[in-house]
Amino acid sequence: MKRGQLAEAIGFIFLKLCVGAVLLALVIILYDIVSKGIGSINWEFLTTMPKNGMTEGGILPAIIGTFLVTIITAILAVPLGMGCAIYLNEYAKDNLLNRIIRMSIRNLSGVPSIVYGLFGVILFVQLMRFGTCVLSAGLTLGLMTLPWTITASEEALKNVPKSYREGALALGATKWQSIRTNVLPYAVPGMLTGTILGLSRAAGETAPILFTGVAFFLPFLPKSLFSQFMALPYHLYIMSTQHHAISKVRPLAYGTALVLIALIFVMNLFAVVLRYNLRKVKTE
Amino acid sequence: MAYSRIKENTIHGLFFFNGVLVIVVLVGIFVLLITKSMPAFKEISLLHFLFSFKWNPTASFVEPSYGIWSMIVSTFMVSIGALFIALPLGVGTAAYLSDVASYRVREIFKPLVEILAGIPSVVIGFLGIVLVGPVIAKIFRLSNGLNALNGAILLAIMALPTIISLSEEALKGVPKSFEEASLALGATKWQTLTRVKIPAALSGIIAASMLGMGRAIGETMTVLMATGCALAMPKSFLDSVQTMTATIAIELGEVPYDTTHYYALFAIGLVLFIITFVINMISDIILHKYQRVIK
Repeated sequence: MKRGQLAEAIGFIFLKLCVGAVLLALVIILYDIVSKGIGSINWEFLTTMPKNGMTEGGILPAIIGTFLVTIITAILAVPLGMGCAIYLNEYAKDNLLNRIIRMSIRNLSGVPSIVYGLFGVILFVQLMRFGTCVLSAGLTLGLMTLPWTITASEEALKNVPKSYREGALALGATKWQSIRTNVLPYAVPGMLTGTILGLSRAAGETAPILFTGVAFFLPFLPKSLFSQFMALPYHLYIMSTQHHAISKVRPLAYGTALVLIALIFVMNLFAVVLRYNLRKVKTE
Repeated sequence: MAYSRIKENTIHGLFFFNGVLVIVVLVGIFVLLITKSMPAFKEISLLHFLFSFKWNPTASFVEPSYGIWSMIVSTFMVSIGALFIALPLGVGTAAYLSDVASYRVREIFKPLVEILAGIPSVVIGFLGIVLVGPVIAKIFRLSNGLNALNGAILLAIMALPTIISLSEEALKGVPKSFEEASLALGATKWQTLTRVKIPAALSGIIAASMLGMGRAIGETMTVLMATGCALAMPKSFLDSVQTMTATIAIELGEVPYDTTHYYALFAIGLVLFIITFVINMISDIILHKYQRVIK
């Protein structure tokens, strides 16, 4: 018995060390970026163009670019993701087709991001002749985000009690009427939470936009959907590996990393607050 | 009445097409990659492509060579290395959260794991250059720390959230009665965890680690930035390596359109797609079997 307790004590210490190591990694990452990046952040950094071969000035075009491309991602991924989730959860029967669709979704979420990039090059840049631009990059990211938004939306739909649907149907509503009036109003906030989380991941992605529209340096903001653009993640990559004076621009790279992380953090926070409020409404 | 039925059917049809769309996308990726890779295999034999370790597509005086074996080895080396680090840490953390931690600790930890999962790969790669690299260089007395070990450490950090949350789910899926029976027989909590719960959740944990490894194999920016990108057969974890993803990222932007080299890069993409597809399928099968057994 004594030996068992000793083993248990040692075992639990091991588990605590694991947790500690994971926490430590997170703390080091955040501390390093925040402490070294905060010095670069000021109004000028956020609102001006890069200057002198990107050794000075700000990152405005990269912020705008990331913002634009994320909007296009959302336009593609949100409606299609929600639609697919509605089909799977409300309409589809448990048959072979349904299983193939689910298998496809799981596989799509495992397709490497660079492969989405190659797909985007073939489909949007070449076949559809959009060229390398905001639109191509946004659509590529949108396809990549699709499996995440589907999964999140379906989760939200599953949380709506069955009785809500049955109530509407019993009163003579059609299937779509019951979905529209008795399911979606309760599911949409949850769907949005998951979708925003997915979009925040897309905003930080680099590989899919490498060849579909992102540019090294542009002295102006994108003028239309068919212009090239700068993006925060790619800008960080350039500043930390491809720049001719890497050590000189290190503070700017840290600043870019901090802005990128802050952007994603704000999006996540927004999603979490949405979820929290939703829970409160439900329990009231 | 007829009008509303037409409307209902139309809506149903639209959602049906929306559902089928994901199959179209997956098949579309596969078909387009094959079409773009085929021209490359007119020039290169498949065996040479996969198993020769000389990748020199821009050779000007000698015959250009398109072998990706060293990249395949590099990719698996970095990913399996990452799994070695992430699996014990991830399963340990999951076990702590599901069996030891209080409800409050769990609720605090969950968003922290989500934050870790949300950190973009390019930021992790950046930290590989400025943080992990110098430390590795110092410990092993190397001129720089951009090598396979660096990549493995970073990919481990990126795989942790997946492994933690899926393993925790697998551990929670073990029926309560298993645990109660073990405790009633006088086993300690630790014995119950290691000899009852983890074995019962093993297939879920294996599926989780395969998914984590699939992600690691497909990860681009981190390895592109932190592994040094040297095209040679790696001899140890302290060698610089260049993975398949990194090769595509480096070369596709510079290669002339419509050349064998160009198509060969798409062929690497096809190989990546197939590898991750197979890994995902295997983890899927394991997971399904496991769910049936538990039920």
